[in-house]
Amino acid sequence: MAAAAVEPRVVVVGAGPAGSRCVEALVKAGIRPLVIDESARSGGQIYRRQPDNFTRSAEQLYGSEAAKATRLHKSFDGLQGRFDYWPESLIWNLAGNRIFVVRGAQQCSVEFSSLVICSGATDRLLPVPGWNYSGCYSLGGAQIALKAQACAIGAEVVFMGTGPLLYLVAAQYAKAGARVAGVLDTSPFYRRVAALPDLLANPRALYHGLGLTASLYLKGVPVYSGVEPLAIEGDAAAGVSAVRFRDGRGREKQLHCDAVAMGYHLRPETQLADLARCQFDFDASTRQWLPRIDRDGRSTVADIYLAGDGARIRGADAAEASGELAALALLADRGQAVDSQRVARLQQQLGQLERFARGLAKAFPWPHQLAAQLADATVLCRCEVVTVGEMRSTIALTGASEANRAKAFSRVGMGRCQGRYCANAGAEVIAAATDGDICSAGRLRAQAPVKPLPLALVEVAPEDWLEVSAEGVDPVLKPAEAGL
Amino acid sequence: MSKRFVRLGETRRPEVQLYIDGEPAVALQGDTLLVALLQHSNRLRTSEFGDAERAGFCLMGACQDCWVRTEEGARLRACSTTVAENMRIVTTQLEISWPQQQ
Ligand SMILES: Cc1cc2nc3c(=O)[nH]c(=O)nc-3n(C[C@H](O)[C@H](O)[C@H](O)COP(=O)(O)OP(=O)(O)OC[C@H]3O[C@@H](n4cnc5c(N)ncnc54)[C@H](O)[C@@H]3O)c2cc1C
Ligand code: FES
Repeated sequence: MAAAAVEPRVVVVGAGPAGSRCVEALVKAGIRPLVIDESARSGGQIYRRQPDNFTRSAEQLYGSEAAKATRLHKSFDGLQGRFDYWPESLIWNLAGNRIFVVRGAQQCSVEFSSLVICSGATDRLLPVPGWNYSGCYSLGGAQIALKAQACAIGAEVVFMGTGPLLYLVAAQYAKAGARVAGVLDTSPFYRRVAALPDLLANPRALYHGLGLTASLYLKGVPVYSGVEPLAIEGDAAAGVSAVRFRDGRGREKQLHCDAVAMGYHLRPETQLADLARCQFDFDASTRQWLPRIDRDGRSTVADIYLAGDGARIRGADAAEASGELAALALLADRGQAVDSQRVARLQQQLGQLERFARGLAKAFPWPHQLAAQLADATVLCRCEVVTVGEMRSTIALTGASEANRAKAFSRVGMGRCQGRYCANAGAEVIAAATDGDICSAGRLRAQAPVKPLPLALVEVAPEDWLEVSAEGVDPVLKPAEAGL
Repeated sequence: MSKRFVRLGETRRPEVQLYIDGEPAVALQGDTLLVALLQHSNRLRTSEFGDAERAGFCLMGACQDCWVRTEEGARLRACSTTVAENMRIVTTQLEISWPQQQ
């Protein structure tokens, strides 16, 4: 192959609120970024779009956030042609300044000059006996069924977990005409009262949150706080039939249902930051490992920037602000002039939203003591059906007191989801079993591929995927010399 | 077999014909394969670890609990695949675990 010069690109991962605002700021500054997003359409999780032939209004889809959703979609669509856009494309690996992208059965690799990772989050899960039965979905999954497909996950749905999304999705279901059998929140109500001073940092969001709870009460949906989940009842063939739990006063109760939506707030998708060797710190308030960033989103690795929920769970407004801020940091680092007043305003806004996010973490804490006390028979890894007891005996037998060693011995974290849905609880089990603290249980390191790949991949040149627009402002990508 | 998902709207879309384990079935244009299948059945696959039938979990391409196959043997992630006319899907074949496939 002719050795053409490689022109590394500014690459943005993700086209949610963070990625969209980042792209906008870059384009405004005369850069032509390459945007890579696994979804078919931009919008990310909160502003996820329905298929073209669906007819629900933005108000029906996004409720109080309809205007923001529309603004974000318009901004992204309006800039088309001024950036290169690879939808339905997954970055599955990163090595040095090269990313590896798969789309369908094709794959290519691209060199980047700077990389802004806006990879979003997934639900944080607490295992419970029976969560491997069919009819049990993640809370985010339940919302996607409704938002993107106008479906409920069942005829009678129980919402269990904690966090603002628990009430949001339950209220969205009730409003759309689904039967909500109950909302079970592991956080006691007094926590919300104690968190009020921080929650007041975002009065509008607080007001909407209270409205959601009120709408559930008005519809007669039973709402329980301070619950202890006991089991999802059902059988292997028919799936879920009920949820058993202890209410806030310790009384055992059962709600019949054919579907359960479960989520305990969110966890950031940090695999790419990890593969880029960004440094991580343990965040005691959420009991999660987070990539270290400065206030503008610079990671500890040069040319790698992190924004949105993929860096910190701070919500959609903060995702927009942090996406733009990361773009401005990147521009400044390239020696381009940036509007310092705009930077200061975004930093100030982000500070306020961070305070609100801290309030949410206090109001709806991760129930780590429940994870530590899980019964031996509970399935911990639902991918490969490894129980909590098997994990504990692995730790006892091998002395593995650290997540990666325990993973190697027990396979917890090695299944299809690669630890996304078991790592948080797994770390609590390890910490409790070794009398260590959660911090010394360590963090599961990301491994490529960040998601499973098709079996047969065809290697293509990046330019095969690039729609070269006539008035390109930045160098158009040339085929890479190596690896193709 | 009873269906799992309940449609709450958007039902006036053109129909799409597919085959599930050889049986003809009808979906709507724009359905994901996961939705199309769970309109006719309460499951997508059988767990290779024998614990239970599975019907997906995250719907956002993160858990890989929704894999099904075409009759030709191609693997599809049902939650992120749009249903297409005359798709022929097999849900009965046992999956091998993905790390073993690498
Ligand atoms: C399922 C779910 C539903 C939510 N619903 C709401 C809601 O209704 N209201 C609310 O206030 N908050 C909601 N949240 C919180 C919400 O995630 C954020 O507030 C907001 O969407 C964060 O924006 P973001 O840009 O950081 O990430 P996201 O919006 O999550 O966007 C990230 C994008 O990056 C892509 N991506 C990630 N990794 C890769 C990769 N390796 N290669 C290619 N592309 C990649 C993803 O496909 C996605 O499109 C939800 C979260 C989840 C997980
Ligand atoms: S349901 Fe999780 S990947 Fe499809």
